[in-house]
Amino acid sequence: MRGSFFRHWSPGLLRTQAFRIVLIYVFVFAVSATALVGFTYWNTERSLDAQTDQIIEVEVAGLREQYQRLGLIALSDAINGRVAQHGSGLYILVSPTGSVLAGNLTELPSSAKVTGRFVEFDYQRNQQGQDVTHTARGQAFFLTGGFVLLVARDVSERRLTRQLFTTTLPWSVGLMLLFGLVGGALLSRNMLARLDVINRTSADIVAGNFSRRVPVTNAHDEFDALAENLNRMLDRIERLMKGMRNVVDSVAHDLRTPLNRLRNRLEETQRRLGPQDSYTADIEAAIAETDRLIATFNDLLLIAEADAGAARGRMTQIELTAVVEDVAELYAPLAEEKNISLALAPAGVVTIEGNRSLISQALANLVDNAIKYTPAGGQVGIVVAETPTGIDLTVADSGPGIPEEERERVLERFVRLESSRNSPGTGLGLSLVAAVARMHDARLTLGDNGPGLRATISFPRTPQRKSRSDIREPSVPA
Amino acid sequence: MRILVVEDDLEAQRYLVNGLKEAGHVVDEAADGETGLALALSRPYDVAIIDRMLPKMDGLAVVAEMREHGNNMPILFLSALSEVDDRVKGLKAGGDDYLTKPYAFVELLARIDALMRRRSPSAVKTKLSVGDLDLDLLTRTATRAGQVIDLQPREFRLLEYLMRHAGQVVTRTMLLESVWEYHFDPQTNVIDVHISRLRAKIDKGFDVLLLQTIRGAGYMIRAR
Repeated sequence: MRGSFFRHWSPGLLRTQAFRIVLIYVFVFAVSATALVGFTYWNTERSLDAQTDQIIEVEVAGLREQYQRLGLIALSDAINGRVAQHGSGLYILVSPTGSVLAGNLTELPSSAKVTGRFVEFDYQRNQQGQDVTHTARGQAFFLTGGFVLLVARDVSERRLTRQLFTTTLPWSVGLMLLFGLVGGALLSRNMLARLDVINRTSADIVAGNFSRRVPVTNAHDEFDALAENLNRMLDRIERLMKGMRNVVDSVAHDLRTPLNRLRNRLEETQRRLGPQDSYTADIEAAIAETDRLIATFNDLLLIAEADAGAARGRMTQIELTAVVEDVAELYAPLAEEKNISLALAPAGVVTIEGNRSLISQALANLVDNAIKYTPAGGQVGIVVAETPTGIDLTVADSGPGIPEEERERVLERFVRLESSRNSPGTGLGLSLVAAVARMHDARLTLGDNGPGLRATISFPRTPQRKSRSDIREPSVPA
Repeated sequence: MRILVVEDDLEAQRYLVNGLKEAGHVVDEAADGETGLALALSRPYDVAIIDRMLPKMDGLAVVAEMREHGNNMPILFLSALSEVDDRVKGLKAGGDDYLTKPYAFVELLARIDALMRRRSPSAVKTKLSVGDLDLDLLTRTATRAGQVIDLQPREFRLLEYLMRHAGQVVTRTMLLESVWEYHFDPQTNVIDVHISRLRAKIDKGFDVLLLQTIRGAGYMIRAR
């Protein structure tokens, strides 16, 4: 468990779809959250400012009216009265000579920022015996007679809030991104781990282990639903495969038994007849015909078995070059007798996972065909070559070849070209090679050797057991 | 030779028994696994021919039980099952040879001859001789009448197999299985070509031809 936990913290994590989605989501969330908070702040500040301005304007209007109706003394009284209420209002009334007549500010501010009809300025305020700089916003104007009246409100707190906001916002966005990333990594690691289990199980099943099932957890989530559906599908496939194996087995048994009796009786009759008897030749022909029937039947069964993956259990690491050398050696005298040069291109040690017997048989079929159809004096070449995608096993001859439009067709069962209709063979040779190739995850292709036929079995680089990285690679487009 | 035949297809059984008797063997027969096992454990046979699928007790189980009792009688499996997997299972269960139905009777005879011969192996041989043909298994050299014959490694193995079964019919399938370790029938009879090359090497220029073709069966090496 520990191993699998840490295994998923690989660079591959960044390339998983789950992590990418989380990343995009976190980013979008951070941007929209910042925008939302920013807008709310901006809007609140604006309406608070408007409120302050309104209060100031009302006060100014009130004080101006006081002055116009009752004069300077009444204005001073009114100002002092308001100061005495300990509100948040700031006031100062200065005479044309510069002396302060009333208010809770000690002097007119020396400098101020003008915003529209309002000014913003700093002033000193005594707080617990200390002078502290505060910010205020207000309106100043001249009264008739050269008096200056300034009405303002302390807005330090809001400035402080803004400062707080601008310093904390990047931090909170940063934290949000960090938590998002960690959460995303955890989430995608978890998803990845479960997908990985499904991937590995399916790879195992593709390799022929039909009894494997995807584990189901107790979470009852989408993954479990997927796993359950996959398992149901696998149950069904396994049932079908077993059914097919049973059919193949019983067909094999039920046809071989009467074929056996037929051949037995023919042989018995042959033994009873003397060599000089007139029917001996007929019986011999009948036995030969029976043997051809048996050969066809055996080839068909083998194709069915290869396609059912029945022989996958007996795959081992085999040295392909050794297998090829053995088959070449088996056919060398035959080629020599027909005056055909059978050449095996030298190759290094090439190992594949496969079934030696079936690969030998497939290769023997190809070489047999090549020698059969190549005229005397021709060449047959066998090449094992490593390609970027795997290993190619090629048998090329200098015979008549197969016309391009017929190449697909000859891989079908029982298809024999007109030109070879009368030579011995079951017509299943190439189908058998193709089936053996399929069983090895390989492909049989027929090409032009100019002149002649070029049959290539292309084995994948890592047949059967795919490594983890191979499973993941296709889901990540480069 | 005493032979036990365990076969449930009575038609095939009758044929087998008749054929073996004609060939001069003494034959007992059984039609199911239990009877077959009882016979095999109670009497000394030289070889047993056992069908893979039998009523009451499967052929594999019969052989496994025999081996469990320390019975090392040579056993030839007959099977009508498809071949790919079953040969391995049969040999693993303790069978000595495996023949798929339908088979040629000469093939069966040749194989049981080989099995009975295998049962009594004389001390490990380092030299094989047939007539004036000698095979030295240690130095890997072949000589005929004192003349050294140049053989390829596979030709040596082919000759060795033939000489180990000197005086016995050896079929093409047996040669393919033992010398090349192939369990399939090549479409063309490549074995014949190998044999004629070997024959050219060992018999050419000699009055007595040691390597003979047995028509309809296979080959045999023997000194006349």
